[in-house]
Parts: sequence; C-alpha cells; structure tokens
Amino acid sequence: MISLIYDGTFEGLLTAVFEVYEHKWAEAIIYKQVHVQKDAFSEQYSVITDTEKSARVWRGLGKKISDSACYQLYCCYLSELVGVENLILQYMRDAFASAQNIEENFGSNTILQVAQIARKVGREKHRMEAFVRFRLLKDGIFYAGIEPDFNVLPIITKHFKSRYADQSWLIYDIKRRYGIHYDHYTSRVNTVEVEWKEGVAANNVAKDAFEPNEELYQLLWKDYFKHTSIPARRNMKLHIRHVPRRYWKYLIEKQ
Amino acid sequence: MMNWDRVREKLSILSDAAKYDVSCSSSGSKRNNKEKGLGDTTGMGICHSYTEDGRCISLLKILLTNFCIYDCAYCVSRRSNDIKRVAFTVEEVVDLTINFYRRNYIEGLFLSSGIFKNADYTMERLVRVAKLLRTEHKFNGYIHLKTIPGASELLMKEAGIWADRVSVNIEMPSEESLKQMAPEKNTEDIIKPMAYLSTAIYNAKEERAISKKAPRFAPAGQSTQMVIGATPETDKDIMYKASSLYAGYKLKRVYYSGYVPIRDDGGLPGMQSEVPFLREHRLYQADWLMRLYKFPIQEIVNNDYPTLATDIDPKLGWALRNLHQFPVDINSADYEMIMRVPGIGMGSAFKIVNARKFGRLGWEQLRKIGIATNRAKYFITCTDANYQDLNLQDTTIRQRILTQTNSKFEKYYTQQLVLF
Repeated sequence: MISLIYDGTFEGLLTAVFEVYEHKWAEAIIYKQVHVQKDAFSEQYSVITDTEKSARVWRGLGKKISDSACYQLYCCYLSELVGVENLILQYMRDAFASAQNIEENFGSNTILQVAQIARKVGREKHRMEAFVRFRLLKDGIFYAGIEPDFNVLPIITKHFKSRYADQSWLIYDIKRRYGIHYDHYTSRVNTVEVEWKEGVAANNVAKDAFEPNEELYQLLWKDYFKHTSIPARRNMKLHIRHVPRRYWKYLIEKQ
Repeated sequence: MMNWDRVREKLSILSDAAKYDVSCSSSGSKRNNKEKGLGDTTGMGICHSYTEDGRCISLLKILLTNFCIYDCAYCVSRRSNDIKRVAFTVEEVVDLTINFYRRNYIEGLFLSSGIFKNADYTMERLVRVAKLLRTEHKFNGYIHLKTIPGASELLMKEAGIWADRVSVNIEMPSEESLKQMAPEKNTEDIIKPMAYLSTAIYNAKEERAISKKAPRFAPAGQSTQMVIGATPETDKDIMYKASSLYAGYKLKRVYYSGYVPIRDDGGLPGMQSEVPFLREHRLYQADWLMRLYKFPIQEIVNNDYPTLATDIDPKLGWALRNLHQFPVDINSADYEMIMRVPGIGMGSAFKIVNARKFGRLGWEQLRKIGIATNRAKYFITCTDANYQDLNLQDTTIRQRILTQTNSKFEKYYTQQLVLF
C-alpha cells in the first residue's frame, strides 16, 4: 500500500493518477496535502504536479469516456469530499481497463457514486447561478459574496460571463477566500484574492460603499417577494426545501 | 429620476394582482448574448427564489395596470371590485426589469395587464415594453407577454417578434363556465389568437429551419392557464380540454390554477373554502403522464373513471386498473413500459436501460439507481427472487401501499373520506 500526496489542484490529482500507472502500484491511496495523516504502515510518495503528465491522463481518459463523463469526474474533484480522490482513481482504473465505455454502467458502485456526487455538485452550481445576489458598488462593480458547499466557482464562471457581458462583477467565495472577477472592458474573467480592509468582512461590506440607488432596488425586490406570495397557499415546508436555510443570509429577499 | 414611493406602491399592487397567473417557466428559449449586450437565455430556466407558498420565482411577474373594463367573476381586478387602481409607465417596467436582472434576481419579465380603454390600446403598451427592452437595452433575457383577448393580429405578430413566449389564458375549462363567469368575454376572442399564434410559431420554425436569418417568433412557444375548482367540470373534462389544446394548438404547457377564493358572492366557492391543492397536484401529475410519459389521456381518465383518485397518484391508479400488463421484467422490457411502472421515474428508467447492457439487475442495484421499491415491487421482476407474491388483488396492493407509505397529502384525503 502506498500513499500519494498531492497539492490539491486538479492537475496534481491527474499527475497522481499518472504516477500510479507509471509505478504500477496496485494498491494506492491519494491524499490532499492538508488531509495527510501519519500512517506508519504505508509508504508515502509526494506527487510533483506536472501539466504534461496530467494532460496525458486527461487525453487518454477522453478516448475512453465521453466529455460529459469527464466533466462528472471534474465535478467530483470540486466536491472536495474527503476521499473522493480514490473514487476518481477507481473510476479511471475501471475506464482504462475496459475495452468498452463504462460510463453508463450504473450497476457499478463506483460509477453510480460518481454520478451521484457529480449531481450534487451540479445542483450546487445551479443553486449558485440562482442565488447569487449582486449589489452595485460605487465603483461600478456588481458584487456578490457566497459560501457554497462545494468549490463551484470554476464551473459557474461561464454562465455569469456570457450573461453579464456588459457589466463588471465580482463573485467571492467567502469560505475558500478567492473570487472570480469579470472586467467588461477586457471581457476577461480573472481569479482574484481580495484583501479586505480591517473590520470589513466579505459578507459585511460598508453601506457607503454601495451606489446610492442600490438599497432602493433591494427594497423593491423585497416588496415584490412579499407581494407575489399567496397567503392562502402558504407552505413553508416546501419553501425551505427549495431555499434551504443556509442560503438565506445571502438572499436579499430573506433578510 | 423615479418617484420611489409611487413605484413601490405600484409594484406592491401590480405584483399582488399578477400572482394568480401560475406560469413561471423561463425555459425553452435560446437567446445568446449578442454584441456584448445584457443577458442571455440558455433554454434551461433558473428559479431565482421561491415564494413562501413554494412556487418558483423566475420572472418579474406584474401587471402593467389593474384598471380593467371587464368584470370577470373570478378575477381580483374585475371592474366592480372596490380596489385601488394604478398603472406603471412603460419606462418604469423597463427600469425595474433591467435593474432586477442586473442583480441576478430574475430571468426576465412576465408582463400581463388589465384592459384599459380597449384591447389594442393595452396590447400596444405591452409590446412597447418588450421592444424597448430588446432594442434600446439590448436585453436578451426572457420575456413572456400575455396577449389581450381581442387584440389585433398586427400587435400579436409584434409581440411574438420581441417575446420568448406569448400566452392567452383559456380561463375556464369549458365554454359554459366562461360564459357564466366572464359574460363579456367570448371563447372566440381567446381561441382566435391562440390559433393565430400557433400558426405563426409553426411558420417561423419552418422558415428558420431553412434560413437561420429568418426572424424568431415566440421561440419558447405559447402556454395557457385555466382556473380549476371554481366551476363544476370533472377531471376528465379538464384533462380532455388540455389534451385537445396540446394537440390542436401545439401548446408548450397548460397550467391548472386551483381557485383561490377572493369573494363571497358571484356564484363562486366562498372565502372559507380551501384551495383545491391536491386536485391541482393530481391534474399536474396527469398532465405529466400525458406529455412526458406519453400516456394517451383516455388511459388516465375516461367515462368509467372521470375523477382522479386523491389518495394515490394517477400512474399508480392506472397500473392498478391494468394489472394484466404486469409484472414487467426490468431486464428485458422496453423503455416506455419501464417508465409506466409505479415508483420508477424517467431518470431511473433511463439508468435502468443503460445499466442492464452491462449485466442483469437485481434489487440492490435498482434501489441504488433510485427507484421507489416500496411501490415498484408489486409490479416488477428482476434477477433476484420476487420481493413478494405478485398475484395480489388491486385492492390489496392499494391498501398495502397506502399503509406503508406516508403521503404529504394525507391531511387532504382523509378529510375527504369523512365527507363521502
């Protein structure tokens, strides 16, 4: 049994898979650097992320399974679930070992689990596309702070970029401490880290930082939310199922 | 500069009056963001929030005005109702739409209206909102326009050019009920625009198949809505009506809106009566079976069974009446038949037919795939031994399923049983 330790990047994970094949390790466990626990019984191997190696694995996989199945694996990686690396490794082993495409073999535990985790991540992506609430800052940037269950910023970028092409915006992941910023002059999205001023948190931007009309539109939105509800049909159980409480703090209409 | 207090008041009144229109769909249309404009419509539709009654909020759904020359019994905006009347200006609607959209509150606009002066006068304003959004603001978000019964074809044509979806409400499940509830409206004024739109949508699709430059016309199609529970039609009457609308006018959706009591007179269910939630829910299930599961409607409701059961869903009801078609062998039956098994949805049916190519399936795999075995077990066989005797009577199966599962609707149907 060997433990491979990688840097937490997707390329790093793919490089780890490369090493497993390179060294013909039949039994291997992949750990993210931060999750490593001293295990006296297994040998450790530090993976050095190599874009060439990772690209080879990814290309090879693309010949075995469809693009959407590859995307599912990427989503699994973004789930950041402890141990998901080994599920991904198992899936890849199965895919590489089989002559036929295995991705629809839902009778297999590995494949079913990958599909289910990918679905969860997909659901969170969809939720973020729905629940992001921009507030217009004085400097013309539409800002939203979020705290998604999974690391979905990389997969929501495209949606927001093509939708809000004529306005600059910043979506900031408070938990993971990075954001994606779109500049409408250059039409580019960059990954950014933000240095918050002393006493200012990402979810608590000072009122005077916002454009003067911002509060009024928020007020109108709250009015709308209230009046579009039908009291005779009130059903809070259903409401909460659709909008779980943990998302409320970011929703203007739920303040 | 807008007068904020006035706008707030108008928004409150005109969203309040628009909320009984149940459609919130923002799907089925694809509009890319062109020339760095604002927004796009991906065809998927997003629910940005949910009301406290659990309905999705995807569009800014408002009336342009609640002034109305008509006096339809079921409508809060009816002429004889003593309420405050207000009207948005075209610019106010545009400003709200754009600013809500930019903040990611909505997918677009659903604009309907009471009728001031006459049909064309009102329709012209609805069209102007859509046109301004598309041209001056380069807005590519979703627009749903309600057409006003009796509006000219010219205006409807324009509506279809700027909007993603247009709809005319059929209002009541039968002509007699419409006559009784809305004596000033006639069926002709509703059916004619529906027929016009249906042809225009079809023609535009044909032309676009030949040339991508041909103009779009309501690419998300048309839908309609009827109020149920206010008038005496049976479920069969309602579903047959819906089925004929789907077939005759190629509607994308028919919405069923359980009547919410708004008055104690006018020959309608009074203020104390309950909204028929469960009935509405069963009608939607039947609608789903018809549209997506490809059941001919006669298999769901017919002269022998004009009413959908309340305690069990329509698919289970159908299966129990057709036990001779079961059990179904999961490892060999075709996709359509697997979809018909109670407890197996479209997604699970898809997974089953794919997974069985790799090996025969047993209970464990079926459960993991996500079928509801507590219902499906009476209707299927797989590689493992049967869960139980498959020669049960329909009444026995029904009884067992009802006692072994908890329905969130129990409170509604136990109540009904007392009434019977």
